[in-house]
Amino acid sequence: MARNVTPQRKAINTVIAWAAGLLIFFPILWTILTSFKTEAQAISSPPVFLFFDWTLENYAVVQERSNYMRFLWNSVIIAGGSTVLGVLIAIPAAWSMAFVPSRRTKDILMWMLSTKMLPAVGVLYPIYLICIELGILDSRAALVVVLMLINLPIIVWMLYTYFKEIPGEILEAARMDGASLKAEILYVLTPMAVPGIASTMLLNFILAWNEAFWTLNLTAAKAAPLTAFIASYSSPEGLFYAKLSAASTMAIAPILILGWFSQKQLVRGLTFGAVK
Amino acid sequence: MGRIVLDKVKKTFGEVTVIPPLDLEIEDGEFVVFVGPSGCGKSTLLRLIAGLEDVSSGQIRIDGQDATNVAPAKRGLAMVFQSYALYPHMSVRKNIAFPLKMAKMEQAEIDRRVDSAASVLNLTPYLERRPGQLSGGQRQRVAIGRAIVREPAAFLFDEPLSNLDAALRVGMRLEISELHKRLATTMVYVTHDQVEAMTMADKIVVLQAGVIEQVGSPLTLYHTPRNKFVAGFIGSPRMNLLEGPEAQKRGAHTVGIRPEHITPSPTEGLWKGRVGVSEHLGSDTFFHVHLEGRDEPITVRAGGEVDMHHGDTIWLTPDESRMHRFDKAGLRIS
Repeated sequence: MARNVTPQRKAINTVIAWAAGLLIFFPILWTILTSFKTEAQAISSPPVFLFFDWTLENYAVVQERSNYMRFLWNSVIIAGGSTVLGVLIAIPAAWSMAFVPSRRTKDILMWMLSTKMLPAVGVLYPIYLICIELGILDSRAALVVVLMLINLPIIVWMLYTYFKEIPGEILEAARMDGASLKAEILYVLTPMAVPGIASTMLLNFILAWNEAFWTLNLTAAKAAPLTAFIASYSSPEGLFYAKLSAASTMAIAPILILGWFSQKQLVRGLTFGAVK
Repeated sequence: MGRIVLDKVKKTFGEVTVIPPLDLEIEDGEFVVFVGPSGCGKSTLLRLIAGLEDVSSGQIRIDGQDATNVAPAKRGLAMVFQSYALYPHMSVRKNIAFPLKMAKMEQAEIDRRVDSAASVLNLTPYLERRPGQLSGGQRQRVAIGRAIVREPAAFLFDEPLSNLDAALRVGMRLEISELHKRLATTMVYVTHDQVEAMTMADKIVVLQAGVIEQVGSPLTLYHTPRNKFVAGFIGSPRMNLLEGPEAQKRGAHTVGIRPEHITPSPTEGLWKGRVGVSEHLGSDTFFHVHLEGRDEPITVRAGGEVDMHHGDTIWLTPDESRMHRFDKAGLRIS
């Protein structure tokens, strides 16, 4: 039944939604604003909101002190690599579970998801030691593999939901129409699955980009991505809030822009299968 | 050519036997309808013919060739699915052309065939649209178009009209019958709707629990149902079945009489009863009559303008020559 929504009620809803949105966005906004302040203004009390002397000095200092491009490149490789590797492993897995389910399929899916309930720090030691044994500590390869494994359950789940939505009758129709397995995958399945795969990759890329626990613990200098770049500006003794903010802004800018342009895909990806 | 022979075909899913060994011959050019209640195995049987399911034992021959282990694509059959199963990312033109493209036909020939199928099915204005932009009836036509361009040995229809509304269903029923007249290709059609079966079929196969109850022309099934199940399933409203003294009097365990073969009268007749629910269809009226000493009402067809109401006394006279007699096992006594 359609609810009666009066214009007043609609206006109130709009205000509440905006308030909630701003509340969530505020820390990011504050970080960006702080990055343009001088160190003195950054810690001034009461805090200044907009009326300060805008400066790019922090960016210049950060740029001078550390090699931003190297961290950025590590982030791209680690997030991108773990995403591609994860999808390559997850597609066949999700595929077989969606199209050739067995009695155990549901259990396997739940079991995969249950690994996400484990506190990451619980396996830090074993993984750290394995990395030392293999001599891959502080390497991008190690992070690609670890982040891929961490996010694999989510990738499998998302792809599984997408593949489930492809009606089996369409595949049977293709078979009746004379399509070979190759043609079936190439002309029918892939075009129907690509939107799902794309939004899964996008979400996973963002998750991997933002991952801090493993990247901070398993890297030192060589393979450090942008999360480590931010952390290097947070020092307990110095009060470099403005520079920390500048570094943070630089670290989140690429993913923020990517997310902004692909928000439609992302929302669809997250709610896919929830509503018919 | 499209002569399909099922020879002791059996299908089991794990422990469950869906279709016990079954024999059936479908002649070239015939319109055969598989009809039966839900879960009777009619769709499974069609999918076995299509090759989408593997037979557990037995043989399927198409035009004399053993097709039991031939891939669906190689059987030369085209199928129209209940959900239409169109390719959502392709235009109507590409949907219809898909089987031809798979057969590696020349582009000029593909275009010619698609255009001709589209004009037959009134789809020409919609060729560049996507399936999502079409109505249910149009989607159904695209699915049929995709089947006819291949010029298959036989068409397989899996409840193709059940997703359409009533008016459209009648229209599409006629169109499919027309198509069969024009192409004279074998058609195997699955439905649970006995009206579709009666109006379209050359030959009806009545199935129950995977077993063929009777095979015959619509009128054969109507006039001489082989057993009680077929008698009750074919005909609308369904045949009245009476046991007890009325049956014994006629030397049977059960007697059946169709609603249209009973004459109602307000004054005289063989059986006396009381009018229960009456359904006025305009052209006809169906009375549900409660006879004395009988729980189940008897359905009677009367003219559209019969003036009888709930609670009135009514007399019924069955046409004895149209009475069907069945023995204890439910088989027809001729």
